[in-house]
Amino acid sequence: MKPRAFHQAKWDEEVIFELSTTGERGILVPPVEKGIEDEVGDGISGVPEFLRRKVPPALPEISQMRVLKHYLRLSQHTLGADLNVDIGQGTCTVKYNPKIYDVLAASPKSAELHPLQDESTVQGALEIIYRTDLFMREISGLDRFSFQPASGSAAILAMASIIQAWHQTRGEGKTRDEVITTIFSHPSDAAAAAVKGYKVVTIHQTDDGLPDIEALKRAVSERTAGLLITNPEDTGIFNPKIDDITRIVRAAGGLSGYDQANANGILGVTRAREAGFDMCFFNLHKTFGTPHGCGGPACGALGVVRELTNYLPVPVVDFDGEKYVLRRDLKHTIGKVRSFYGVFPAVLKAYAWIMSLGERGLREAANVAVLNNNYILEKVKKIRGASAPFAPGRHRIEQVRYSWEKMTKETGVTTEDVALRMADFGFHLWSSHHPFIVPEPFTIEPTESYSKTEIDEYLAALKQISDEAYRDPAKVKGAPYRSVVHRIDQGWFEDPAKWAITWRAYLKKHGNSG
Amino acid sequence: MSDDKPFIHPYIPNSVPAVKEQMLREIGVQTLDELYADIPERLRFRGRMDLPEPMTSEAALKRHVETILSRNRSCAESLSFLGGGCWPHYVPAVCDEINRRSEFLTAYAGEPYEDHGRFQALFEYESLMAELLDLDVVNVPTFDWCQAASTSVRMAGRITKRNEVLVADTAGPDRLRVMQNYCRGVMSLVLVRHDPATGGMDIEDLAAKFTDRTAAVYFENPSYLGFLETQGTQVSGVAHARGGLCVVGVDPTSLGVIAPPSHYGADIVCGDIQPLGVHMNFGGGQAGFIATRDEERFVMEYPSRLFGIAKTAVEGEWGFGDVAYDRTSFGVREKGKEFVGTAAALWGITAGVYLALMGPQGMRELGQHILQKSQYAMKKIARLPGVKVPRFRSPHFKEFVVDFTATGRTVAEVNRALLERRIFGGADLGPDFPGLGSCALFCVTEVHTKDDIDALAAALGEALR
Repeated sequence: MKPRAFHQAKWDEEVIFELSTTGERGILVPPVEKGIEDEVGDGISGVPEFLRRKVPPALPEISQMRVLKHYLRLSQHTLGADLNVDIGQGTCTVKYNPKIYDVLAASPKSAELHPLQDESTVQGALEIIYRTDLFMREISGLDRFSFQPASGSAAILAMASIIQAWHQTRGEGKTRDEVITTIFSHPSDAAAAAVKGYKVVTIHQTDDGLPDIEALKRAVSERTAGLLITNPEDTGIFNPKIDDITRIVRAAGGLSGYDQANANGILGVTRAREAGFDMCFFNLHKTFGTPHGCGGPACGALGVVRELTNYLPVPVVDFDGEKYVLRRDLKHTIGKVRSFYGVFPAVLKAYAWIMSLGERGLREAANVAVLNNNYILEKVKKIRGASAPFAPGRHRIEQVRYSWEKMTKETGVTTEDVALRMADFGFHLWSSHHPFIVPEPFTIEPTESYSKTEIDEYLAALKQISDEAYRDPAKVKGAPYRSVVHRIDQGWFEDPAKWAITWRAYLKKHGNSG
Repeated sequence: MSDDKPFIHPYIPNSVPAVKEQMLREIGVQTLDELYADIPERLRFRGRMDLPEPMTSEAALKRHVETILSRNRSCAESLSFLGGGCWPHYVPAVCDEINRRSEFLTAYAGEPYEDHGRFQALFEYESLMAELLDLDVVNVPTFDWCQAASTSVRMAGRITKRNEVLVADTAGPDRLRVMQNYCRGVMSLVLVRHDPATGGMDIEDLAAKFTDRTAAVYFENPSYLGFLETQGTQVSGVAHARGGLCVVGVDPTSLGVIAPPSHYGADIVCGDIQPLGVHMNFGGGQAGFIATRDEERFVMEYPSRLFGIAKTAVEGEWGFGDVAYDRTSFGVREKGKEFVGTAAALWGITAGVYLALMGPQGMRELGQHILQKSQYAMKKIARLPGVKVPRFRSPHFKEFVVDFTATGRTVAEVNRALLERRIFGGADLGPDFPGLGSCALFCVTEVHTKDDIDALAAALGEALR
């Protein structure tokens, strides 16, 4: 199979400020009724002179169709999952987001709900939240969920907050000041713990790619507040000693939080409960089929064991036998991590996804995701210059962290070069989270959404680029050729005298001529 | 559904048995279960998740979900005066058209090449907000105003190397709760009293509390209670005189007519962009912005992605990318500034579309419209016997407190009577502001007509009779 002769749209589109023509209008505000003007005048007179805006904001003035066209063109400069075989953004679980869910979420019965409405008028919304909580309990084995965290990182922050509150209520808030994580867990497992003031202890992997359990044993102490860890980690290797790890942390007096942002390979196969976790979270925008939206809005559904339910953010949704109610009286609640109840449309879509698949479908999704992943593993290993470090001969769960180290040594072509060349075939290839423990890393996670034929096409592109690297490395290093733009000058991004985070900053620093 | 029949789901192409078998063969295993060999038996879940039977037909699923949703009565079917952190505004059709595009809706974290449009749209969002705020740096959106305020005060803490923040006691209750949790263990929050007559900050209390440990003072303008803080210059003056910073939360819809906080001394400005073209979504439409001057000591403290513009290898071509990536947790894990990840980018793109449509004149007309409508509503309601409105003697924008104390009615009673007339009355302030008495927060915007406001006043009159 050969990759298709793709070419991305290239409109050479202006920056929006360049489209401005004085006097044009994109949309009009309805006029104020005369009866109101007669009563209150111009409205602005009611604001003291010094508090009024003197100079109008220098927004562009553009007619409606041109605004629409501008953003449609920018959309064509963006490679959403609906258009490509989106398996190259490993760890991100980019799967199909069924269109019917968008239709449902766009209904005024969802989109035009205000969060402070009387509970009697939002029974349907509360029912969706409550039922999704019940589903999540089944999937995780834990006892209660909150949908308030608006991302995986926010859920990690909430877990770190619960760890903190738990030890505070037990009088150990000050002495337990360390949170343990692993190097192949998401950066936020370390970073969000640090936000709460924790010293972060990072466990590295041994030769088998799994966290060093002896190092963990040395790391725990009376200072250990908790553990935040993923499994499988970014390598896709399942850690069979995960219950030993939570046991070690528990014996030291800490709580264990399971980062299940991506649980796509293990739905119905293994759960947080059996592995001994006190908390977990699922990214609804990953495993549960809600769209990524260029990076949110999203939801990190946060689950806890019974002993921790009183620590959840408030409110939670309860069912009293007749109606759904919002409950705020949780004794040790950490308070709030986001306004209102989180991102309701994400919960609605995840509810629909679970309803679409049911018990059997969830297992099937996980099984096929793992099948696809191991199929790719077999094929990538055969591509010249690529390798899958750690755990040779073993199967992986939902993703694999690969390496181009050999190819880089032999040809000079790096992961970044391959990623930019992949753009020429209409594909993403993401390197990996820092730090690059695996040299020249790339991570592939196929999910269940792509057919074998599509996967083969993606693999064909990787193969072709490897061939090019060995035959004509300059070809790869000159890429992209068929994407929207060419190699970007990185010099403007690190230098305070040059960086321009807004158009007005650009004009000040570089002038109109550029 | 029995387990021996093949389960072929429209969302799972390789659920087709023949394909599955071929792939297993290529991997070199007999069964799918072998791929899970690394998961020991004691960790395997051998039970059955108690989940419904799959609703594989889209038609059935649609009907099922719509039936549940039909138990909601939305603001589109009622007359709503609820605000308080989530506001009803007209959403231009173009905003929905853009944020429902597959390309944007299903993109995530591609490179600035094949995802050039995502980077450009968010750079433009930053740029459009920068004009509204009259500041040179704006972040890629965070979760909501609560998070934006939390990060703003943590930034202030790092910039000043101080660990206490003063917060106006009229700040939004959710904002306060999120900030409290976010700062716990690292920074402490101290409330500053308001003047009971005007609602504005008690400057004497501020001056007494602002010490050399104070990183910043935070207030909102318009406040959560709808009045405008007219002493911005004095507040920032106190902060700056003591080596601290001034952080202000602002409603962007006010900025066509009201001076942006940067004009009265704010160093860090934050707020929510939901009112800029995003539906209320039961509180799911929130997205937060943070803005500062373009000074390295500020820029390097942002945890957020900051997309910048650059040149490419081809003359005349615009490129985009991450500015100062190594300050982020993506770059250096716990040594980065707070954390970064998925937040609310799609709403940022949408707010950009909104501002591009509105332009300078639209934002001015919107602001003026809201001033007129809310002033009219206050005037109408004030005519009702025993009702005090606005509760605070200050200019207001969009929202205002209605005090029912003298009528002897609770807000719950009033709102119940309004609900019978298909009106959602103002949010009850009792739980969060017990000192105010029987008060509710009403919100009036450009979506309300004169008839709507007259209907509210009439219904209130009946409810209080």
